[in-house]
Amino acid sequence: MQLDVDGPAAPPRSNGELVFDAPWQARVFGLAAAFVQTRFEGDREPFRQRLIAAIATDPERPYWESWVVALEDLVARST
Amino acid sequence: MTTEHHPIPPSPVERRVAALEELLTEKGYVPEGFIEEFTRTYESDVGPMNGAKVVARAWVDPDYKQRLLEDGTNAIGELGFGGPEGHHIVVVENTPDVHNVVVCTLCSCYPWPVLGLPPRWYKDPPYRARMVREPRVLLQEMGCDLTDDVDIRVWDSSAEARYLVLPERPQGSEGLDEDQLAALVTRDSMIGVGRL
Repeated sequence: MQLDVDGPAAPPRSNGELVFDAPWQARVFGLAAAFVQTRFEGDREPFRQRLIAAIATDPERPYWESWVVALEDLVARST
Repeated sequence: MTTEHHPIPPSPVERRVAALEELLTEKGYVPEGFIEEFTRTYESDVGPMNGAKVVARAWVDPDYKQRLLEDGTNAIGELGFGGPEGHHIVVVENTPDVHNVVVCTLCSCYPWPVLGLPPRWYKDPPYRARMVREPRVLLQEMGCDLTDDVDIRVWDSSAEARYLVLPERPQGSEGLDEDQLAALVTRDSMIGVGRL
């Protein structure tokens, strides 16, 4: 398996690297945070369990798409 | 050909995220402005520069270092860093004989308050699988060459513990102050895939 290693930590920003490749990735990140906050009082564990399951189901799926699957799953179970 | 009058339609995944947002907003789960503020924070304010300050403080203040190794979350909180994914931070110290490296085999657990969001490779299957199976080989591929007499300890992050590596203070850094030291500390050294 090839490992896609990013460049050095410093440039282009002190944060290390751009964390989102597309606006929808930032959106699902923020949406999950909002739902964790308002529905689970900040407890991230229920979401984490769905994320683990989503990744285990399809390990090669792009990472942020697994977030979408995990959030859809969590919403279906807890609203 | 111009796309001016024919905008590219949203991709399926974009439509799914939009549907989630509509549903959650309708049900009152999305406070106004929350998403923008939260993502802005993790894009701009929270990142390895926080962890670098923690490491530099530990290098210059032995008492702080001891507190940091005993209770990472609390000692990190002393510097004003905390929040999501930061409740159980465990700091592991590199020495000349021991090199620590962090992975999350199941998903992407990572100490957000001190490192921000994880880099792409940290979340990808090759890193998650190989760092457990063949850490020495993978570390070498990532540019972190360790001699055979250095023990490698691989820490699997989970809900119970998010690990932060305390790298060794570089030789020749004796005359530097805390801010100058913090500038030497890289993200990779705090994950354990690099040395300083």
